[in-house]
Amino acid sequence: MSWTATGAAPKPATPAWMKTIRPQHVLVLLFLIAYPLVASPFWTVQIGAQSLFLGVIALSLMFLAGYGGMVSLSQMTVAGVAGYMVAVFGTNSTHPLFGWPLWAAVPIAIVIATAFATLIGIISVRTAGIYTIMITLAIGVAAFYFAQQNYEIFNGHSGFAGLPGPVGFGMDWRAPMPFYYMSLAVAALSYLAVVYLARSTFGLTLQAIRDNARRMNALGFNVNLHRVVAHAVAGLIAAIGGLLYVWMNGRVSPGTIDIGPVIDILVIAVIGGLRHPIGPFIGAVLFVLMKNFAIDLISPERFNTLIGLIFLAIVLVSPDGLLGLWRLASDRLKAAGLNGSTGRQWGNNSWRNNNGK
Amino acid sequence: MSNVTRRNLLAASVALTVGFSVSAAMAEDTIKVGALATLQGAFTVLGEDGMRGVKLALQQHNNMAGGKKIELVTGSSDASPDSAVNAARKLVEQDKVQILVGPLSGDEGLAVKNYAKTQPQVTFINGTSAAQDTTLRDPAPNFFRFTTDGAQWQAGLGEYAFATKGYKKVVTIAEDYSFPYTQVFGFMQGFCKSGGHVVNKFWVPIGNKDFSSIVASIPDDIDAIYVALGGADAVNFLNQYEQAGGDKPMVGGSITVDQTVLGSKGKQQDYIIGTPSAGPIADNWDNAAWTKFVADYKAAFPDGFPSPSLFAQGYYVSTLAMLTALDQVKGDLSGDQKAYRDALQNLKLDTPTGPVTLDKNRNGIAYNFLTEVAKGDDGHLYNKVVKVVENVNQTLGMPEAEFMAIGPVGRDNPSCP
Repeated sequence: MSWTATGAAPKPATPAWMKTIRPQHVLVLLFLIAYPLVASPFWTVQIGAQSLFLGVIALSLMFLAGYGGMVSLSQMTVAGVAGYMVAVFGTNSTHPLFGWPLWAAVPIAIVIATAFATLIGIISVRTAGIYTIMITLAIGVAAFYFAQQNYEIFNGHSGFAGLPGPVGFGMDWRAPMPFYYMSLAVAALSYLAVVYLARSTFGLTLQAIRDNARRMNALGFNVNLHRVVAHAVAGLIAAIGGLLYVWMNGRVSPGTIDIGPVIDILVIAVIGGLRHPIGPFIGAVLFVLMKNFAIDLISPERFNTLIGLIFLAIVLVSPDGLLGLWRLASDRLKAAGLNGSTGRQWGNNSWRNNNGK
Repeated sequence: MSNVTRRNLLAASVALTVGFSVSAAMAEDTIKVGALATLQGAFTVLGEDGMRGVKLALQQHNNMAGGKKIELVTGSSDASPDSAVNAARKLVEQDKVQILVGPLSGDEGLAVKNYAKTQPQVTFINGTSAAQDTTLRDPAPNFFRFTTDGAQWQAGLGEYAFATKGYKKVVTIAEDYSFPYTQVFGFMQGFCKSGGHVVNKFWVPIGNKDFSSIVASIPDDIDAIYVALGGADAVNFLNQYEQAGGDKPMVGGSITVDQTVLGSKGKQQDYIIGTPSAGPIADNWDNAAWTKFVADYKAAFPDGFPSPSLFAQGYYVSTLAMLTALDQVKGDLSGDQKAYRDALQNLKLDTPTGPVTLDKNRNGIAYNFLTEVAKGDDGHLYNKVVKVVENVNQTLGMPEAEFMAIGPVGRDNPSCP
């Protein structure tokens, strides 16, 4: 897959972009496009599309954590805000408020969610490491309780149901196949955007700030501004993922942004790997498969233990999640094949040591 | 390197393809049934008891119905509507169950009912979810509820509190979501009609720990407090109410005066004696079918509850209905299950809690039990059956038009200050 050629290290980018496409990229893309043609609706939507949009939300966390060194637990909350706003401004069957058409409600929802993420950024960039985690967790929990207890706008515990999916170009975009392709398009665009951003001046500056904020400050970069912008960008990505999330179920309630889903996003990003934008998507596939099928592997009373053990095993064996496992395996194979090269560049390792300073 | 990648990809895609083609095969002499309950999250214990009800009914039928073997697939939710729909979708679309029993809690039921409309080939039989609008407004033609709703569970309580207990003015304290709304609604139907007044309604979040502000705002000139809180919330509230010197008697919702409250120690014991409540089961009902059910439950599940909860009973009744109707149509689910659904609709089911039939919205008409806390000979508190209210329907005996005119239940509806 595509992580072969990328990495955080600066490269001469644009003229060579064609060269970075390898056969395996094309294969993955073909597989993803052909997938719903052979898969049942269940596999198309609940496994395929759900992995894609959970991957998108986790991607926003990967962007913040991997390139910015900021672990934010409020990405699901941002996604939830987008979902709530599309319910508040758009139409729903439980608590109609504005009743605007989707073409008006969607942009508003995305703008509000992005603004909310920016606000979280402004609040949290003054902290670092464990304190960023704490403050974003606090914001997530506060948002959950606020949504649960506010009746005028958020309709309390019941939330909103009966949200219409997008309709246009003669298609119901919530039908399995269109919904899958919509999710795939969103995922691909977000992925490419993050890959592009990581190599842009902004992305490189962000990574430099991650590695040594004090030095960047001394060089005259506005450290906090870069971090806030990173939160805004991640917020935009999470917001779009959040829209897909609520469209799949046609509903949003405090349960959508409860502490469980908030932690799920962290789990997805961590088991996938925070080093490369493909990581969250791999993590999401494994996560969704486990959530759906662990109950068939073991007694219904114990399946969450199994999920926990598998995730624990992944993180213990490989601190870089599945991506790290993959690298480990391919390095071993290469060594066995007596190939002289020492594996790929994964960007520098120093951010782990500097993270939390 | 790229060889390795490609090989891995190939393996992955083969694995996936195999994964989703397995489901196609289905033997003719088995019927696939899904059971959906909350096996994770705050209601795990209740969900597990619900599953005991399913298993007991299947056991007693030897896992057979209409000459066909029943294959059970279990699904789990965490009481949130999203998780219930996800689990239902997996059971229906992946495991290809033909009949689904569940879910357990109120908001889940509303969500699964909406999902049922998109899957007309599958019959859905409710577990214990008790929100009113699951069947009353905008019902799904393939969703059946052999249990009763939260308002029916309060049938008879309001009249009893007013006439026999002599309470004229009460305030209500209940959790802030659809099920307690429905319970308060059911209580107020009888109470307000008899001439009582509900002066104020307090709604608290689930899992609330600090009730001091509510205790402080309970007025002095009332006769009783109506409490619809579950498990630990009820214990917390009663402790704080007692410490603050509260002495008004209590009227309980269907899950308020359970074993957690009855088994608690201290002065509370004396306070709760005489507390009336109502619900779809009564632990100590002196009836042969019920005693046999309790004995069977205890024999089958030595590690279960001391006595089956209303969740075990609800899932048991639903599974029993599912099996009985299958027997009637000899396991024939052809023709989009039309014959089977007719059989369900016309079923006259004998259950451990009395006979059950369905109304035109496919909602249960069943017995309800009015109980009062009493002290047994051994010093333990228990719920004594005061009255069995027979054949309670969803409109609580009112003409349908009049009942519908009250409007959907909510925080402010109904009202009789």
